[in-house]
Parts: sequence; C-alpha cells; structure tokens
Amino acid sequence: MSRPRLVGAEKSAPSLAPDLLVRMHDLMVKARVLEERLIQMYKQGDGYFWIGGPGEEAFNVPLGLLIKKGQGPAFDYLHFHYRQSATFLAMGEEPIGALRQMKNTATDPYSGGRNFAGHFSKRAWNLAPVTSPIEVQYAMAPGTAMAQKRHGGDGISIVTGGDAGTAEGDFASCLVWSSRPGNELPVLMIVTHNKWGISTASDTQQGPKNIADRATAFGIRNKTIEGNDPVVAYQELQEAMDYVRKERKPFLLEARVSRLFGHSSASGANMVEGELDCISAFEEKLEASGILTRSQMDEVRERYTAEMSAMAKQVREEPQPKPEDIWNHIFFEGK
Amino acid sequence: MANMAQAIRMALHYGEKHLGVTDIFGEDVGMPLGGVFTQTQGLEKSWNTPLDERGIIGMAMGLAMAGERPVAEIQFADYVYNTIDLLKLAGNTCWATNGDWNLPMVVMTPVGAGIRGSIYHSHSFDAMMTHIPGWKIVLPSNPLDAYGLLVSAMQEQNPVMYLPPKALMRIRGEELIPGEPEDQRELSKMIDAPLGDRSKWKAKWPALEGYSVPIGKGKIVREGKQVTVVSYGRTLLLCADAAKELAAEGIDAEVIDLRSLWPYDWEMIQASVKKTGRVLFVNEDTEVTNFGEHLIRRTVDELFYELLAPPRLIAGKFVPGIGLSDALERASVPQPEDVKSAIRSLALEQP
Ligand SMILES: Cc1ncc(C[n+]2csc(CCOP(=O)(O)OP(=O)(O)O)c2C)c(N)n1
Repeated sequence: MSRPRLVGAEKSAPSLAPDLLVRMHDLMVKARVLEERLIQMYKQGDGYFWIGGPGEEAFNVPLGLLIKKGQGPAFDYLHFHYRQSATFLAMGEEPIGALRQMKNTATDPYSGGRNFAGHFSKRAWNLAPVTSPIEVQYAMAPGTAMAQKRHGGDGISIVTGGDAGTAEGDFASCLVWSSRPGNELPVLMIVTHNKWGISTASDTQQGPKNIADRATAFGIRNKTIEGNDPVVAYQELQEAMDYVRKERKPFLLEARVSRLFGHSSASGANMVEGELDCISAFEEKLEASGILTRSQMDEVRERYTAEMSAMAKQVREEPQPKPEDIWNHIFFEGK
Repeated sequence: MANMAQAIRMALHYGEKHLGVTDIFGEDVGMPLGGVFTQTQGLEKSWNTPLDERGIIGMAMGLAMAGERPVAEIQFADYVYNTIDLLKLAGNTCWATNGDWNLPMVVMTPVGAGIRGSIYHSHSFDAMMTHIPGWKIVLPSNPLDAYGLLVSAMQEQNPVMYLPPKALMRIRGEELIPGEPEDQRELSKMIDAPLGDRSKWKAKWPALEGYSVPIGKGKIVREGKQVTVVSYGRTLLLCADAAKELAAEGIDAEVIDLRSLWPYDWEMIQASVKKTGRVLFVNEDTEVTNFGEHLIRRTVDELFYELLAPPRLIAGKFVPGIGLSDALERASVPQPEDVKSAIRSLALEQP
C-alpha cells in the first residue's frame, strides 16, 4: 500500500492536513444532503420555495471554517447571500434550522416562519439577515467594516454575492466605499461566479473577463480562483483573509463555482448536466490519496441522509406561527 | 432664537456629546461646508461621503448593525428615492429576523417646496415614507421641535426618518432651546462657521440640555371649537396663520401639529374631531395616495357619526414636479388662501 499523499500536494502550494480534509469532506456532504432534503421537502409540499447552494460546498465550507465567529466588532461580520448553507454549517450551525425555515414553522430560528429557505440570520454570530434583493448586502458591508476598523483587532466584514448581481450599483458602492483613500476598510468582497443569473449567461452581460478585474481600478487587491476545489479555496481564502485582517484593507475574491440544481425551485430544482460536482471531484482525490475509502464516504452520506430525514419528520409536526404573530417585532422591544 | 438649521446642529452636537452618536455623515456634511443648509457645521463626528445615496444608507445600516449610532443625511429628499429598497430593508430587518436584529439609526433628509427648488428640490416624502413599516417618522415645524424630535430620534432603538422642511431651515421659533443663549447674534458667533477659511475654526457650543419631544405626540398649537386643522411641517405654519386670521371673522379653528407621522397622535386628532365635528388635513405632498388620505379614511371609519361635514384634504397637486416659476410653484402646493378658504367653507358647512 502506498503512503497516503496530501490532497493538493501536486501543486506547489502547501497542502492541508488530512484531518482538515476529512472534516471539510464531512461538512460538504452534510451541506449537500441538507440541500437535497430541502429540495425534497419543497417537492413534497413541505415548503413553498427552495433556493440554496448545492455546488458551492467546496468554497463555502472552507469559508465557514475560517470565519472568526462571535458577536460584535471584534468578530467577523457576515453579509451573505442565499446559497451559503454550507458556510453556516461549517461554522457549527445545526441543520434543523434550515428545515424549519423551509417548513416556515414558528420554530424557524432565523425568521419565525417569515422568510424563504436559505435566508439565514443570526445576530449572535454577526450573521446579518440574508435578503432577497440581490446585492444590497454590498452596500452595508462597509458600515460594519468601518465599525471594526475603529474598534481595532482583526475582525473583518465578509460580503458574498453572485456574478449577475455585480451589475447592481451596490457592488460599485462597495468598491468605492471600501477603498476611499486614507479610509480603506477591512472588507472581504466575495463573488461566487456560477456563470448565470437565473437563465442569463454572464458572458452575454458582463464585459470584464474576470469580475475581480474591476477591483484593480480601485487599487483593491483581487484574485479569481477555482472555487470547486476545497483545498485551493481554503488556501486562497486564508491568504485573502490574512491580508484583510492584517492590512485592514479590502480584497475582492472571485470564485468559479458550479450551480448543480439550477437557480432555484423557480427553475425546477433538478440536477443539471455538464456542471462539475465538487464533492465527487474531491472524493476521487480523497480516495486516490488513501485519506478516505469509498465506503467511509458512503457511510457519511448515509448517516446524514438518515439524520435529516428524521429531522424533516420532526419539523413536520412543529407548530406554524399564529396569525397574530404578524404584529410582533415591527419595532424592537429591547433596550 | 436659533433657526431650524442651528437647532438641528445643536441637537446633533448634543447627540455626539451625550447620546453616543458615532457618525454624522452624508454628501458635504463634514467641513468645510457643514451641510448645504449649514445644519452640520462644527460637529466632531461629521464626515463627507462619496456622492452615493445607496452607499450612505447602506453605511448607516452597517454601522447600526455593528453597534454604532449613525445619523446619515441624504442631501435632499428628492434623492432619497433611489434608496427606497434599502429603506424598506432597514424597516423590515427587525420583523424579518423575528426580533433578533434592530437598527438604531437616523436618516435625515430635508423635504418639500418653498425654496424655489424646481423639479428636483421640492419633493415631499411623507406618503412614500409612511408606506414603509418599521420606521418612525418625524417632521418638525419649528426649531424647538426640530431639536427635541432629533434628540428623541437619536435615542431610538429603531430606524427613524427625520424630515425637516427645507423652506423652514432659516425660520426662527418663539421658544429658546434649553441652554441656548438668548441673544441670537451671540449664538451665531458661537456656532456658525465663518465665511472664508474655516480650517482652524471650532464651534463653541452652549451648554445644551437633553430636551426631547416624544415621538408620536402631536401638539395643539391653537385651541378652537369649530373646526380641526391637522398639519405638519411647512404647511402647519400656513394653517396656524390662517386660523389666526379667521378668528377675526369669528371662525374658531383648532390647529394640531402632528410632528410625528409614525406613530402618530390619533388620540389627539380623535379628541379634537369629537369636539369640532369638522376636520381638514393639510400637507404639501402630491394628493393621490397621500398620507392625509389615510387620516381621512381612519376618521371616516372611526368618527363618522361625530362628523358634521365630510373630512377634507388640501395637498399638493398630482403633477410630476414643481415648476421653477413662481406661478407654477404656487399653483402646485397649498397657498395661504387655499387653506383659509378651505377652513372657512368647512366651518360654515351645514349638514
Ligand atoms: C434586486 C433584485 N433583482 C432581481 C431579483 C430576482 N433574482 C433573484 S436571483 C437572480 C439572479 C442572481 O444571479 P447571481 O447574482 O449570479 O447569483 P446566483 O443566484 O447565480 O448565485 C435574480 C435576477 C432579485 N432577487 N433582486
């Protein structure tokens, strides 16, 4: 038997420890199974709309692992979009919350049955509410980043969106506001580029070869990476984050990713042909390098499938919000 | 007596000194100008932003999320329109997260006609803003209220929209702001930036007090028995003047300054209408889908059997803009004569 090689060792960049690779694989599968469960719930009438991130796990899991998690400006502020369940799980979130949100139960921890799937929010972890309007999060990220710069420490603001959304003015706002001379802000701007708006191909709408190139004009460091490889994603994220944390300046990272189930339930939520599946690709490498066997990886998937099936059953029994709940939280009641 | 711009400036100073206001920002808000109406001169926490209204609102939301206390300005309400979805978002953040997040932020933007501002410096924002739940909305008609409402706004845990009428920025009130020197020239020397080089100038702030006007409370500016007139902002002054003049004709109008549009003082309106049986709502926003129409609907729903005449609304004409020419502006927004004749005819109308 040959000695296990480290995945990524074929590249010149330093590779990742096997236990981290195993952990990333576990989380990627967990996130995929969660999304599959959510799609199934939607198709079985246990939800009204599905949108999520199957295909982006290789990027989103490392992102979640690298986040400095906590509440307040000493920690990272997160301005996510709706495809980041894998990031959230990698941060340690329990998957049942996503199922509750899909089923719009009163127990939905993110919105109390008010918002769509994938629209997470968690103040205790600085996760700003995910919103449906595309790209507005880019207008807010400089605000939290400014508070962080003032506060000191190494907390950064991380904002994520899709490629089509970068046509919105808020993306330009983020470039402008995070790079004002003398007032640069610690914002990690991320664009997960899956080549599509809903059905509109990005190469029919966007002039620049890479979206990241737009940052160059602002003197903002930037890079376009292969987001379907978790090792590359981990290393590139780490480098970009180190820079933002230390230099207190912005960075634009563009990650090329797949969109495995189309845009959302609006486009059918069926597996699409011709996209690279980051989990299969990673599993091939893990198996070839002897880090995990096929049966070990199958076991991971089966375990999560069973777990989430049980959760879905549980959630089905949970109460819906009451009609009078519409009047709660219009205004903040606390101090 | 301070004018409204000075009152706003003093409130902001009070806010940055005593209420934890961390940022006062917007286009030309910092020095050397200190605001196009001079309302932010000499403040410690003020700074200039890029010319990007969406960026300004986004910045305020981000700062508020991160525990800061921002006051953001949109230079003219006419330009706040391209931030409406962000305003909607700020308003729904608490609700959408089931109470987890709140945004303690103030947005101020001067509203209305009366400065010969032509098509793009004369918009009102009351109908648009009262259509967005989750915000508190205030609109002062005199310097003391401008001060007191802003002090309240800066203590809120929710987003507050603060709408000073552009045309009232230079008016003086009849009451001193607590702590303000009595002599207005003295005040001016202390807090108005000099012309020319301002790089070394620093304001000398009077010892101001935390006087506040509670959000949601109106004010009866004139008591009367025959007809209720409800207004706010610039048109409140027209209503108060009209009521004074009509008193000479024996018409006894009660005038209410609403001051807050959300929440608003329904109790005050209700009590007054029960007393008079007649009500006129006056504002300068365009008349179709006007906030006054909401007030009329509520009046009809809840007070129909108290009424001696149909409730009325005088508002701006439903035209796309306000023309520059004096004749055009006058024809577009309520004028003293319109208010007077409406009060007169309503007071005399018999069922
Ligand atoms: C402001 C706004 N306009 C339109 C939409 C409808 N919409 C939802 S997703 C989407 C495409 C987004 O594509 P992209 O930014 O590339 O992100 P992706 O979904 O591919 O990750 C559109 C047009 C929206 N949600 N918000």
